[in-house]
Parts: sequence; structure tokens; C-alpha cells
Amino acid sequence: MRISLVVALLLWLIMTLLDVLQVLAFRSDVDLGISPVVPVLIMDFFFVFLVLYYRLRITKLESTDFIDYLWRVFAIGLVATLVSVAIGLFNSSIADSALAKNPFLEEVLFSIRFGMVSVFLISTFTVWKKLILYQKSKRLVLWWNVFEGIVLLSIFFDLTGAELQTSDLFKVLFGIITLMALILSANLKWVAYLNFKQKWKSILLILLITIYLGYFFASIYVPGEDTMDNLKSIDNLFVISLFVFLLFYSIFSLLVILFNLPTSSVFEKKMEEAINFQRLSQSIQQGENENQIFDILLTSSMSAVYADAGWLEIDRNKQGTEELEVRRKNLSPTNRLEVIEQIKTSKQKSVLKNPLSKATEQDQTLVVFKKSNFRSVLIVPLVIQEKVAGHMYLLNELSDGFNKEMINIINTFASQASISIENFRLLGEALENERYKKELNIAKKVQRALLPENLDHDSCFQIHAYTQAPDEVGGDYYDTFKLSDHKFVVVIGDVSGKGTSAAFHMSQMKGIFQSLVQLDLAPDEFLVKANKALSGCLEKTSFITLSYFVIDTERRSVEYSRAGHCPTLFYSSQNASAEFLENKGLGLGILRNDSFKNYVFVNKITFQKDDIIVLYTDGISEASNHSGEEFGYERMKKILTDNAKYDAVSIQKTFIKKLFEFCEDKNLNDDYTMVVIKFK
Amino acid sequence: MLEIVQTNENNYISIAVTGDADASSSIKLDKGLRSAFDESHSNIIVDCTNLNYISSAGLGVFMSYIEEINQTNTTFVIYGLSEKVLKVFGILGLDQLLILRKTKEEALAEINGL
Repeated sequence: MRISLVVALLLWLIMTLLDVLQVLAFRSDVDLGISPVVPVLIMDFFFVFLVLYYRLRITKLESTDFIDYLWRVFAIGLVATLVSVAIGLFNSSIADSALAKNPFLEEVLFSIRFGMVSVFLISTFTVWKKLILYQKSKRLVLWWNVFEGIVLLSIFFDLTGAELQTSDLFKVLFGIITLMALILSANLKWVAYLNFKQKWKSILLILLITIYLGYFFASIYVPGEDTMDNLKSIDNLFVISLFVFLLFYSIFSLLVILFNLPTSSVFEKKMEEAINFQRLSQSIQQGENENQIFDILLTSSMSAVYADAGWLEIDRNKQGTEELEVRRKNLSPTNRLEVIEQIKTSKQKSVLKNPLSKATEQDQTLVVFKKSNFRSVLIVPLVIQEKVAGHMYLLNELSDGFNKEMINIINTFASQASISIENFRLLGEALENERYKKELNIAKKVQRALLPENLDHDSCFQIHAYTQAPDEVGGDYYDTFKLSDHKFVVVIGDVSGKGTSAAFHMSQMKGIFQSLVQLDLAPDEFLVKANKALSGCLEKTSFITLSYFVIDTERRSVEYSRAGHCPTLFYSSQNASAEFLENKGLGLGILRNDSFKNYVFVNKITFQKDDIIVLYTDGISEASNHSGEEFGYERMKKILTDNAKYDAVSIQKTFIKKLFEFCEDKNLNDDYTMVVIKFK
Repeated sequence: MLEIVQTNENNYISIAVTGDADASSSIKLDKGLRSAFDESHSNIIVDCTNLNYISSAGLGVFMSYIEEINQTNTTFVIYGLSEKVLKVFGILGLDQLLILRKTKEEALAEINGL
């Protein structure tokens, strides 16, 4: 960029020097032996580098402020004019002296003037380009490129030496460029984006630029009588084309801006509406809250319809309060009540259908008052999540203060604000849900920790447990306890209901088990004590089913009691068959008095090598498939019999596999737990 | 889904339960029983002929009335339980605390003290 400027400057210096030399040679009748093409070429390249410099410069400036661009052009023009005027004044001041006749000085001064004007013309050209190509289309870019190409090529046209007055080619080319300049000058989209103030500024700046152009044109192309022929630049197609184009565009812009002045307020209004609309839709991302959205809605709606006052009534849906939240603007509370009273009594009400909804409550209402400060009121419902969550009242001091256009705008504003608030609320809900999820995950971990990781046993039996819950937390429970070296307690339970409440009761059960088990009670005694303990803390409709086993590996016996829990599946290796252990027993928490002890019993079995006990919860036995059929006891018996030769882990895995096969892809909706004990 | 229909006869209240009594619908079941018990009638029969399924939560509702039945000397009879539902009542031991009958006739016989 700088290099092109330096080169342009150098070329200008050489050009000036050559001119001076030529004058010198002309005077002293010495032929310098320089081809007449050389100075012309130098001048051409001066133009080329100047164009290059400004092109690079303008691409660096990424401002969309048109006034800024115009100001630059104006500033360059001012410098050029001042220099030009100074030279003019200097010339007239020395008019009488011998110096005035000095051709060298004259030549140098002209060169300076010429250089300044060139800079002005070319910089203006690049700025005008920027303006024309504002909001460009493909076609426009093509047009411009052709035009610019021709203009740039015309720099070298002077090598032909043709002149406007004599050459037809010159005339034709000049004609084409002028025509294209005219067509391109119609591209004035940027004008529309100026506000009122900017338009006035632009008019002033362009007017001055036009004056400069006129002045330069006059000063260069109306040569003095004694100007030498070779200084006449009228034959330069490039310069004259530039002048014509710049002048056209300046005049066009001036006129268009001038005629746009009266309508600019409408355009500004529309822009403001668009920006307000954007603010309404963006407000969520900026982390604003609902109130800010309501405020933006009220303010922008009021300014969009020139309302004098207004308020918002918002139904916060707080339980127990019928009161509406009110956000007022330019209105006192008493005035608001007055207006509400007038709305109630007014006979001139018209309902405007909401095009987006069929519900009548979502229609807008227009009310006209006869005698009041405010003559017309527009009532707009705010619909959030398909419910009317409030109303916006807009007041105007003029009757018929709201036209159709305005009502449409308010419609869009209101619906956009509603969407924003809806999104805001949904986001809030999503965050809340996320938090609950995290809490539940913690609960799940805590509950998981309540179930034993290592099950107490000795070398006489193998024990393996498996549990799964569809909810984060479940109500299934199993536990073990080592009473002595050869005496173990195994327990399995199921809390009625599902989810969080079941999980809480399960943790209570765990506490009761861990305390009572240490007393080394008989199974039925344990159940009676557990029932008593639970009676005080279980919900009225909750109960817990439990099976309690005491395994004595020395005597090779199992004592057990059942409290409403699913019957235990027992495989006898001697009989090579599986049976459910039948015994009576009432669930814990069903009878919360001393009579409970009448409903629990102790049973005893002895076990042999390879006997198997399968404990489970009803999630397994009652799991159903698509046709509503239950997994059932028969299937369980068969699975156990078929797989009795395997170890406890394999038996559990086979059970769960078979269960899934049975249910197919149907989701299991209950907790299911299984404990397999295999004796050795 | 669960439907509860209450009909007041001469000397008893009849409650017909239709559908599935699971965790969510058992609240409805509780409401139905509550309103019947609030009438302080001495005879209540529950028709479970169309009760397809009962979860532990549903059982919990029946269970919660046992004490009240005993204290108020109400004759409370459930009849028409399907085999599946009856089995669930049995496992939990509720069959020992509640009067379960096969048919309406048997249930009415219980009321009439036959």
C-alpha cells in the first residue's frame, strides 16, 4: 500500500521534472530526444498507482459509516481546493512581476495542482465505488467491474493521442462510459440507511464535493489564454470520464437524499421496530429476566404506535394470589384505575381477531373514549404457553390512534415477547430438572451403598445377589449378617410402592435389620420386633414384605420366616426338583399392633450339597410380557431345575436372561432383585 | 386406569372397582374407599370382578383400612377377585385379615350374618 503511494509520488515528481525539462528544451530549441510517449506513460502510471493505493486503502477501512467516507472525500477535496486557491492567489499576486511570466514556475504550480486534483478524483472514485456496491447484487458487481475495467483502460487511451474534438473513437468511448456511469449512478441504496441527521450531513458534504468538482473542472479545463497546448488535459479520456462519473453520482446522491428527507422518519421507525424486535428475541441469551422482556415489550410497543401511556398486567400464576403484577409507563396508578373503569363502561369497543388463534380470549380489543385524556385504548393479550398470561394496554390521546399497521406490529411484538418468555421459562424448567436429576443420582448412589457389596458366607455355601431398578431409586432390599462362625442371616425385602418414598422406607428397613439382627433372634421374633419398629415410621398405606433366613452351616439347616414376601424357591438336589417353600406370614406394617405375632411362623429345612435357594422380589415373578402373561412360578421352577448344575452366578445370569427374553423389548417397570444361595 | 363406582343399597354400600390399581391410580382407590367409610355405614362390599391388576400400592390402600374396619366393627367384604389378584392378596397375608369372597351372593351372606 505504502509502496504504491511512494511510486505514485515518484512518478509525479518525474512527470513534473520532465515537464519542466520540456519547457526548457522548448525554449532553448534543444531536442531532448525524449519520445513524446514517455511523459504520457509516466502520467498514466501515476494514475495507475494512485488508483492502486486507494483501492488498497479503502479495503482496509471496514466502516459502514457513510458519513465517514464522505468526510474523507471532503477533506481531501478541501486540501486540494486550498492548495489550488493558494496557487491561484499566488499567481495573481505575482501577476505584475517578472516571475509571473516564468514558465518553469507556472509548470511546477500546474503540476502540483494537477496532482492534487488527481488524488481527489481517484479517492472520490474509490469511495463512490464503495457506496454504489453497498448491498450489491451479482449483476451490479458485474456491471461495476466492466465499468471500472473500461475506466482503468481509458488511462492508457491517451497513448493514441486522440482528442475529444477530433477523434470519433474518443467520442464513442466517452459516450459508453457516460452511459454506464449514468446507469450505475442509480445505485443509491446506502441513502436509505442514513438517519435524518446523517442525511443533512451527507447533503452538505456532497454539495461541497460537487462544488470542488465544478471548481477543478473549471480551473483545469478552462485554461488561460497563454496556457501552452501541451498542458491541456481535455484530451485525457480517463480524467474526463472520472469527472463525468463523479459529478453524476454526486448530483444523483444529492437529489435522492434530498427527496428522501421527508420519508426518512418512516424508515427510521421501521428500523427501530426491527431492532426492538431483535431485542425482544435476543433478550434471553443475554441472561435477562422476564421483567426485562416485559419492559422492552412495553417500551417498544409504545414507541411503535406512538402511544402516550400504557401498562402491562401480568398474571404470575402464583397460587393463592389473584393479584396481577402491573408495570406502568407514563401513567399513575389512579389514572390506570380510571382508564379501567372507562373501559368497562365504554360502549365503543371493537374486537380484532387474532389471526394466530381461534380462542376469543386471545383477541385484541380496541376501545374509544368520548371524554377523557386518552381517546383510544388498545388491549393486547399476552399468550404464553397457549394460555393468556396477561394483557398489554396502550393508550393514545388521539381517537383512532391505532391503525391496522400498528396493530400488526404490536401483534408481532407481543408474540415475540411471549416466545421469549416461553423459552425463558422452559429453560428454567430444564435447569430445574437437571438439578433434580443430579439429586436423584446422588440418592441412587447413596441407596446403592445401602445394599451390601460383600455378602457374608462361609465355605459351605455360595451366595450371589443382583438388583436393578427402573427409577433412579428403588424399594428392593437384601442384606446379610454373620452371627457366628457358622451362623448367617440372609434377608430379602420389598417396600410397597416405587421410587423415592420406597427408597426411604427401604433405608429404614436397613437400619432396623442392622440393629435387631445382632440380638440373634429367632426369625419370627425378629419379624415381630421389626413390625413394631416399623409401625411407628411407615406411612399409613405402606408396608414391607420380608423373608428372613438363618443359615446354620454346622447343623446344615435353615430356619426361616416370611412376612408377606414372595415364596422362596428351593431346589433339592436329592429330588432333582424345585419347589416353592409354603408358609404363612403377614407383611410388615399391615397390622400395627401386638396381634401381628399371631400371623408369623418359623419353618425349618435341612440342606444338602448342591441344594439351591433362590430369593427374589415380585418384580421378577410378576414381570409380564406384551400379552399380559406373567413370568410366573412354573417358569421359575423350570429354569432352576434346568440350570441347577451351575454355580450361583450363572444361575442368576440365566434367570435374568430368560426374564428379558420373556418380556422381549417391553420395559420392566418394577424393581427386581434376586439372591441365589448354593450349598456345597 | 381405574374406575370406582359407588352404589348405596338398603343395608350396604357397594363399591365396584374396574381396571388397574397401580401406584398412580391407587390414590383414586383410596378416595373411593374413604368416601364410603365416611358414610359410617356398617356394611361395605367391594366388587373386584373387573380389577385386572393390583400393585403393592393398591394393596397398601386396602391394608390401611384394616384398623378402621376392626375399630368401627364394619363388615367389609371384597369379592370377585381374579386368581392372579387373589394370589397377591394371599402372599402378603391380607387374606387372613380381610374377608375375601368369590361371589356377590357369598359377600351378601357375610353381611347378613349367615
